[in-house]
Amino acid sequence: MTYRLGVDVGGTFTDILLVNEDSGDTFRAKTSSTPADQSIGVIRGMGQVCELAGIDLTQVGDVLHGTTVATNAILEGKGARVGLVTTDGFRQVLQIARSFVPGGLAGWIIWPKPETLADLQDTVEVRERMSSAGEVVTELDEDDVRRQLTKLRDNKIETLSVSLINSYANSDHERRIREIAAEELPGIQVSLSSEVLPELREYERAITTVANAYVQPQVTSYVDHLESQLEDSGIQGKLYILKSDGGLVSAKTAAVNPVSVMMSGPAGGVIGATWIAEQAGFPNFLTLDMGGTSTDVALVQDLVPRVGRETSVGDLTVRATSVDVRTVGAGGGSIAHVPPLTQALRVGPQSAGADPGPAAYAAGGTEPTVTDANVVLGYLPTQLAGGEITLDHEAARTAVQQIFDATELDSIEAAAAGIVDIVNENMFGALRLVSVQQGFDPRDFALVAFGGAGPLHANAIGRLMGSWPVIIPPSPGVLCAYGDATTSLRDEAVRTLVRSFADLTDDSLVEILKELATEARASLLDEGVDEANHHVAYTADLRYLGQGFEIPVTIDIDSFDGQGAGLDALRAVFDNEHERLFSFLLDGEHEVVTVRATVNGPRPEVTAQLLDEGGTDPADALRTTTEIWVEGAKTAANVYDRTKLKAGQIISGPAIITEMDSTTLVLPGHAATVHVSGSLLIRPETTQTEEV
Amino acid sequence: MAQLIETSTTPLNRVEVDLVTIDLVENALRHARYEMDEVLFRTALSPGIREQHDEFPLIGDPEGKMVVGQFGLSIPDFLENFDGTIEEGDVLLTSDPYSCGAAISHANDWLIVMPIFFEGRIVGWSSMFGHMTDVGGKTPASMPTDARTIFEEGVVIPPFKLYNKSVLAEDSLRIILNQVRKPDWNRADLNGLVAACRTASRRVQELCARFGADTYTSALEELMDRNYRAMKILLAMVFKDGETISFTDYIDDDGVGYGPYKLKMSLTRTGDKVTLDFRESSPQAQGPINYFINENLVRMFFGIYMITVADPQILWNDGFYPLVDVIIPEDSFWKPKYPAALNARNHGIGRVFDLFGGLLGQTNPDLLNAAGFSSSPHFMFSGNYSEGDRKGEWFQLYSIGFGGIPGRPVGDGPDGHSLWPSFVNIPCEYLESYYPLRIERWETISDTGGAGLHRGGNGVDVSYRFLEPGTIAIHDDRWLTYPWGVNGGEPGARGTKWIDRADGTTEIIPSKVIDVPVHRDDVLHFVTWGGGGWGDPLARDPELVGLEVRRGLVTVDGARSYGVVCDGAGAVDVEATDRLRTEMGEGRPSPLPTFNMGPPLETILERCLEETGLPAPLPPISV
Repeated sequence: MTYRLGVDVGGTFTDILLVNEDSGDTFRAKTSSTPADQSIGVIRGMGQVCELAGIDLTQVGDVLHGTTVATNAILEGKGARVGLVTTDGFRQVLQIARSFVPGGLAGWIIWPKPETLADLQDTVEVRERMSSAGEVVTELDEDDVRRQLTKLRDNKIETLSVSLINSYANSDHERRIREIAAEELPGIQVSLSSEVLPELREYERAITTVANAYVQPQVTSYVDHLESQLEDSGIQGKLYILKSDGGLVSAKTAAVNPVSVMMSGPAGGVIGATWIAEQAGFPNFLTLDMGGTSTDVALVQDLVPRVGRETSVGDLTVRATSVDVRTVGAGGGSIAHVPPLTQALRVGPQSAGADPGPAAYAAGGTEPTVTDANVVLGYLPTQLAGGEITLDHEAARTAVQQIFDATELDSIEAAAAGIVDIVNENMFGALRLVSVQQGFDPRDFALVAFGGAGPLHANAIGRLMGSWPVIIPPSPGVLCAYGDATTSLRDEAVRTLVRSFADLTDDSLVEILKELATEARASLLDEGVDEANHHVAYTADLRYLGQGFEIPVTIDIDSFDGQGAGLDALRAVFDNEHERLFSFLLDGEHEVVTVRATVNGPRPEVTAQLLDEGGTDPADALRTTTEIWVEGAKTAANVYDRTKLKAGQIISGPAIITEMDSTTLVLPGHAATVHVSGSLLIRPETTQTEEV
Repeated sequence: MAQLIETSTTPLNRVEVDLVTIDLVENALRHARYEMDEVLFRTALSPGIREQHDEFPLIGDPEGKMVVGQFGLSIPDFLENFDGTIEEGDVLLTSDPYSCGAAISHANDWLIVMPIFFEGRIVGWSSMFGHMTDVGGKTPASMPTDARTIFEEGVVIPPFKLYNKSVLAEDSLRIILNQVRKPDWNRADLNGLVAACRTASRRVQELCARFGADTYTSALEELMDRNYRAMKILLAMVFKDGETISFTDYIDDDGVGYGPYKLKMSLTRTGDKVTLDFRESSPQAQGPINYFINENLVRMFFGIYMITVADPQILWNDGFYPLVDVIIPEDSFWKPKYPAALNARNHGIGRVFDLFGGLLGQTNPDLLNAAGFSSSPHFMFSGNYSEGDRKGEWFQLYSIGFGGIPGRPVGDGPDGHSLWPSFVNIPCEYLESYYPLRIERWETISDTGGAGLHRGGNGVDVSYRFLEPGTIAIHDDRWLTYPWGVNGGEPGARGTKWIDRADGTTEIIPSKVIDVPVHRDDVLHFVTWGGGGWGDPLARDPELVGLEVRRGLVTVDGARSYGVVCDGAGAVDVEATDRLRTEMGEGRPSPLPTFNMGPPLETILERCLEETGLPAPLPPISV
């Protein structure tokens, strides 16, 4: 029997999912995370889950892991000291960036000047130059390179990045610099922009390459360490890391290109939600992952998450393929405040975070947060996270009282409801970014809500969006491990062409695509995945000649008949997308900016643990009745224990459903049906007649 | 006055709206406004809009008052000047500042205005203008620096219905596009503007469907009122009743040899209201630098400055306008007489940043920034390819340069950044892919930011090597007067431009030129100005000065402006620094003067040729 194991390390908990690959049975365990050395928690959790399954650690095969090591290095500013080599004349590429100052007309007055990710004192320029066509304008001055690298050595840089002008068109000089660096800076890892992001636009390429170098030492040492720990525990399989785009790569590959795993955590959530939604039978849905400080949202169509070309972590935005997750600074810890001058009610982006946390945590926080508002409204039980946190109702009231005092709202409850409405609206705004603003009608999508706070707000947001059903997965606090365990190996190869359709033929494009596919297959072949099991998909970033932004579209390689039918089809796909997004077309010529081949390995079989049928009446799971404030009035609500719910049972709102890591609120006029796969499906009661 | 045709006669009612709904509407409008930007950026073809974001959106209430937006344009003035009916499906276009009460201020800006209908009634307006790279006329990019009338500035479109009840006025558009050098760009950019306005329109209709039109429009009034109340408190807090404060800055020259032009703004609070008075500014300019400014625009500028610092999340709107009176004299720099040329008004617009900073900062320390990169200098390059696959093909570039953000109360000014919202630079690799250019240097120039406790941002040197012959044009300023420092901070360095010709000669380029021939392998250096410094340079941490020397942002010599003695590696000599600082500190006035404008204007003019290589401009004379 073989087992695979999904591991997700979050800020508080490490979640482990063990899957029997033959039967599809799953076992899960949850243990406290160990931030100082995450592998301790991982190994401990693996021990627990194996005990549950009654197997030995040595029976565990591949370990599939979503990691936040790279993300945290960025957020905490604790990455490596990076040296950067640029072309003569462009040393300040990061200092100048895109010259952009965020905010409105007076935004520059209050915008703090950012520090660059690679310090200017660690940035050197070398004499060389390529043209935009990739021709050498100035030969690389190797003596100059050695002199400049010596400076960086003296500065004690820990890692090196190289980003030369037009290197996307010709990488010879960058590769030569790496060879010289191997001599001048032995033992230092080198990131080349022509490998990390072979695309036009020098700032974006440079910052992405520097970000890669910045997180590389930490990611490398983490995966090396974890790999050896796994080996020591007797595990036979390999370690794979979940990339930002939702695919898996070998730990070694992740360490070479760590910028591609910066969104590993959020991607795991979206992939996990995909598996959950598939079990419940909803291929089109939005995701809402609401945590303590922020909320991530994404759109999934036909069980395929929309993928974007940018990754944003904190204030840093790099060009790296990732699940198109948008983040908004709205979470349980978001602080409500009323600026005295305008007397508006604002929620976030400031957050009470984990320390001191909401006032209700009684850990020193006094400012009113979203969690406090939920406590005041009676939505949260007295204990959270399976008893680790006891909620202080009085402290929450006192905090929310500040909002009541500063506004003309009728009661403390009305103030709390206002806070919840505003934070819901902020999340609604983020969901619109990935749906309405991309031309998708949210009413055609379900809404999968997870994260510690998601299920509490999901019903209300579903109502704002018109997205039904609202799906609350089992154990919504920890969905990522499902993502880790249910996705496949993936690699991609990219090339920037910047070529008009007139300069291409069906055959010339197919030839390029085939080359890319061969490139992308290599790493899967290395991992022992047969070519027969490779699924290859081709995409292109297209635009009208002269536009500044590209639209990614799927290439149907079978339509290429050598007579131009393929290019015609591609044009048509682009025109459709353009019309859907912007409601008009242009007569102009089309241009291919980049093409890529993505190769996926086979997707593992994982079956859901099915619930027993239990009729429609959930009375057996009823724990108590409580008083909550909803829609402007106090009302009684039943409280159910989720672990006791059975398939087919229907819970009419207002109701609260509690479980160890999350609380679900069902609003009046809505009902939650328990799906056999364990998810709760919330819908307005008028449409409850539909089959589930 | 436009005649509005609504199919429903039911009036919109003012209803009670709770605080939370107001904030929900505010949030939704903020999203809609950014969505407008996004739609345009992603569909436009001209690099000016596509890459640099030279555009401005607005969503208005039923009367056209701005409820969200950021700058420019005034729908009430547009409607006041429009003679005709407006009904559902109409989309209006104009580029004539003189026909819309200066809702836009030069003919390169194409303005779209669209009524938003819900159930037969007008519930709002969406509007947006974008800078067209070319609108025809005698010089590529349509901004002749020597123009004296608007007739020299290309096609000037009077307000008309681009769409009449959703039907495109094909013939009119064809006539307009026949006047311009890159009609495909104008067409795409115009499509983008219309699409963006339609997007906003849809969002407003959705809000009406969600909350009801009465609640929606009442929420707008509450949002306006929020601005009104906030402003009333701020005005009383910041300005003394009856006291007049004023501030003067300059535009260096007008493109035809006269300058500097004095721009003076005065403010007096009387009771609840303030008056902004422009009467002591220079008269109308000979050249095209006049900035025909709309009174509402002055109010908006003023309001944004005042409110942003108090509540950065607020949506600025027109609600506080009744609290601000504006006096702009006729036939002046700010309100030139038709048909005065207007194309080069970008310096005037930019200088408004500095004017308001200097004016309002006097009584509001949070707003007292030094002078910044208060313009959007233009660089244009065009010609026909002389060889290769593209031989004979026309190329045309319009781009905007960036410089030093000033030293500010919050800290140092960013180097080589934009004072304008949304604007970004065009990547070197983009320019090199699409134009016969090679960028040889793109970096900030050490010491060009004014010294201060908070250093001004450095200006930038962009060096363009031309790979094909053609002509260039430049619109720039601050080559003569200094970007001033505040609270003891030093002025930043002025801008300068020169061409290293392929034949070995060097030619200094004036700040406003057109049709300058360039040849293959000539190299233009376009060096922008730095931001002024904020606060006493002698109080800046010497170690920070040392770090900036290591970073190459300040030189060893430049460090001495901070009283810091260090070596090339930025190692600070503590004793020598103490000595130098004591020496420099002696005899300084206390407190340090609020403004440091550099040498007196007479001295600047006297040394002009010697210092800048260009002759001093002649004193402005009446038109």
